Amino acid sequence: MNNAHPGLPEFDYIKPATLAEASQFLVQHENESRPFMGGTDIIVRMRDGFWKDKYLVEVKHLEGMTSIHFDPVKGLTIGAATSMNNVAAHPDIQRYYPLLAEAANSVASYQLRNRATVVGNICNASPAGDTTGASMVLGGVLSVHGAGGLRTEPLTTFFLGPGKTVLKPGDIVTAITFPIPPKGWAGKYIKLGRNALSDLSIVGVTVLGYPDAATKSGYRFHIVLASVAPVPFVAAAAEAVLAEKTISDDVLDAAAAAAMDGCKPIDDVRSSARYRKLMVRNLTRKALDEVWTKIK
Amino acid sequence: MSTHKITVKINGGLEQVEVPSNMSLLSMLREKLALTGVKNGCAAGECGACTIMMNGEPVNSCMVLAVEADGAELVTVEGLTTEGKLDAIQEALIDKNAVQCGFCTPGILISANALLTRNPNPSETEIREALVGNLCRCTGYIRIIEAVKAAVEMHKEEA
Repeated sequence: MNNAHPGLPEFDYIKPATLAEASQFLVQHENESRPFMGGTDIIVRMRDGFWKDKYLVEVKHLEGMTSIHFDPVKGLTIGAATSMNNVAAHPDIQRYYPLLAEAANSVASYQLRNRATVVGNICNASPAGDTTGASMVLGGVLSVHGAGGLRTEPLTTFFLGPGKTVLKPGDIVTAITFPIPPKGWAGKYIKLGRNALSDLSIVGVTVLGYPDAATKSGYRFHIVLASVAPVPFVAAAAEAVLAEKTISDDVLDAAAAAAMDGCKPIDDVRSSARYRKLMVRNLTRKALDEVWTKIK
Repeated sequence: MSTHKITVKINGGLEQVEVPSNMSLLSMLREKLALTGVKNGCAAGECGACTIMMNGEPVNSCMVLAVEADGAELVTVEGLTTEGKLDAIQEALIDKNAVQCGFCTPGILISANALLTRNPNPSETEIREALVGNLCRCTGYIRIIEAVKAAVEMHKEEA
């Protein structure tokens, strides 16, 4: 493509009246249609010729898609088309899920976050997704409306590869829900970009820790790493170290080293694999330190 | 390809426009409504030159389909001026010599104006965060930041 600013390719914009109608349309037009929310990835990929869908199916206007609901027993439900700014600014999210607000605020720019959505970020299944780590450590579960009706998909088994998820034609994610976070928890997201704000991550480290009588150490940690594997990477070996050994500086060091050894980053335009590995160790250590200081 | 008849409230007036499905809001504003203060920089949501207000919040107009704006209230840089009088942030950018080539300026004005609306007394960090999506390749940003601070003071004096 020689044109620096090619226009968008031809497609039809479809605005169905109901979720059922939307799912049905997406099934009928398998491989040539996709649900349309914030558009911040779709528009770029369509314009650059990577995606060639004939139909974009609007879903933002459908019931519940932009609402946020917090229940002190059941937890948090965020409509799939809720903008990242609305997530980051919501008082209940700031109070009970500050890690999610922090992650949403780390994405691109303020004006982009008025369009971009947490669920869109997850569904695009980029290993670099800034809100994916927080959503995973907080136990996020997607509500999906598909051809066969409603079902749920936990994030733990959602990602299959870069851009690939378990979603099938006709599936529309309508919301993400989070349980009440564990008692006494603390979390941290550290994003390393080429600049301090707005860039894609070279490495992203999300850590959540809390007291847990069921482990030998008395604490449990969840660690998810961004941009170091084909899918958001759960540092299971590091989590195991922290569950089994009485926590000390040496054990935090060992966990950070285990996170580094476990991940499989690649060389790409943003960084070398070697640098990523070293940064995984250093930033995991830093995040663990911050979280441990708060929960011990 | 389908086209859509939409109605938008823009800079205070009502406009009816017929737009194809694949037209961006940026293209509609520039090509259908001749609002050329909205600039096409990267068309990828990175540079912020196309930033406008949509229903009270700044968005990259290159990242919105024109058809999505049906029923929306839009403000472009052309709408910041009331009865020939420049907005405080416009005056401040002039006073501080914060404009060089000027291509990023409309987007900067919209983002800064939106910041001052939601936070009338921002810190320097908050100003920098609010403008992170508006790239300027001329000024080095220092004068732009100074101008936003000056606009904050101008608003205080007015109040």
